[in-house]
Amino acid sequence: MTRFLTAAVFCLLPFLASAQVAPPGAESCGGCHGVPGTALPALSQLKSDQIAIAMADFRKGAREATVMDRIAKGFSEPETEAIAKWLAAREHRP
Amino acid sequence: MTVSINRRKAIAGIAASTTTLFAPAVLAQTKPRVIVIGGGFGGASCARALHAGGMAVTLIEADARYVACPFSNLVIHGSRDIGLQTFGYEGLRKSGIDIVIGRATTVDTDRKNVGLADGKTLAYDRLVLAPGIDIRFDALPGYSEAAQEIMPHAWKAGTQTLRLRRQLEAMDDGGTVIMSIPANPYRCPPGPYERASLIAHYLKTSKPKSKLIVLDAKDTFSKQRLFQNAWKEMYDGILEYVPLASGGKTTEVIPAEMTVVTEFARHKGAVVNVIPPQRAGAIAAAAGVADRSGWCPINPVTLESQLKPSVHVIGDASIAGAMPKSAFAANAQAKHCAAAVVALLGGETSPSPKLINTCYSIVAPDYGISVAGVYQPANGILADVPNSGGASPVNASAAFRAQEAAYADAWFTTITAYAFGNA
Repeated sequence: MTRFLTAAVFCLLPFLASAQVAPPGAESCGGCHGVPGTALPALSQLKSDQIAIAMADFRKGAREATVMDRIAKGFSEPETEAIAKWLAAREHRP
Repeated sequence: MTVSINRRKAIAGIAASTTTLFAPAVLAQTKPRVIVIGGGFGGASCARALHAGGMAVTLIEADARYVACPFSNLVIHGSRDIGLQTFGYEGLRKSGIDIVIGRATTVDTDRKNVGLADGKTLAYDRLVLAPGIDIRFDALPGYSEAAQEIMPHAWKAGTQTLRLRRQLEAMDDGGTVIMSIPANPYRCPPGPYERASLIAHYLKTSKPKSKLIVLDAKDTFSKQRLFQNAWKEMYDGILEYVPLASGGKTTEVIPAEMTVVTEFARHKGAVVNVIPPQRAGAIAAAAGVADRSGWCPINPVTLESQLKPSVHVIGDASIAGAMPKSAFAANAQAKHCAAAVVALLGGETSPSPKLINTCYSIVAPDYGISVAGVYQPANGILADVPNSGGASPVNASAAFRAQEAAYADAWFTTITAYAFGNA
């Protein structure tokens, strides 16, 4: 019975974790950014502020870019801040 | 005595079997069952995200190995090994996803089950279809399953890719290569033009007396200025582009004569690459989620079929509004689809998505260009977010183009690791 309960709780845990739904757009970032050591920065190695500032600069054209200026323009400041926070929180996951 | 021991044993036996039989049944109720059909970029990514979201996931895929289309034009170019395009499902299996290698042939959306070619039936609470494309062998007179052996499409990567590569290698210097490109919609909008570029590069460097004629059933295409500028700059006299307005639309192919017939002319080639019209993978029609166009209309918030309940369609098979049929789009849709499925099965409303696409094309070695977009639901479709996205700048340095080529490579590493890797 204990074993069964443990199993049931284990099953529910990821379900609960997923209640923290990614803010709109956040999960698309992983299409390019994810594997450390490639030509693209792994966002898990950046802090939330770094991501938010970079996105703001890309949006304003204040930072040199190939594609990120075009993508950043699709997001508002609050949206990118939410994304940055969520991405930074992910890095603390085991 | 003996009787009583036997009885005890019997009772213990029943208790044990009740535990083993009963427990999984209860667990099955705890974990909703989601079936994903199709193990490409969309399906594999969605299976991963659903599993991370606590679902019991079964991925049904016809082939044990997946050969990726992005970068397969470099295999045709001769600069990339097809092994780098080939992936298995061991990583997904190890993570706890049930992998079924077999062909799904029927979907009963009333009883909520999927029938396999081997007769087995699997039940689901929600179904995700990511079947990619099928070639329409009924759409272009003369093109057939037999014709694809002679005039390969190479629009599903694998043996077709290698066939086209070998034909180019075997061609004499001075031969004519013909490409036939269909009208929209089809998988990977800039793909034919990337392929034209890379075939032209191969001819220029290895068979300089040869020529490539590109016959197109349309007048405008993705990243057009970037491609055409590059062609003028690098492949002038090698690549001849014939748009719809100049009679570029293929009306018939004659494999026995290696001939492509257009509205205005007949073109004979030593190598003929026909990219035929396409539709959603066959299971979409079998499930009743494809409309008369052959593609699948979806709700832009939940990515659920507009035709059948509890069935979601992602990737190339779906009608995703402004989003192109690309691996990046399929991966982005997959992750959002998983979030929608988890929410809906938990009795909640689906979050509303914002999705990104980025498509790189390689025009020559160290010469990459891109188109990007950001999308959100508007007016019932996934629409472009105003004032965002677009193609690479027309005037850019060689270093810029080289950087985009390097980013394309990094993208491929990351997205295939997400979809198929062990991480």
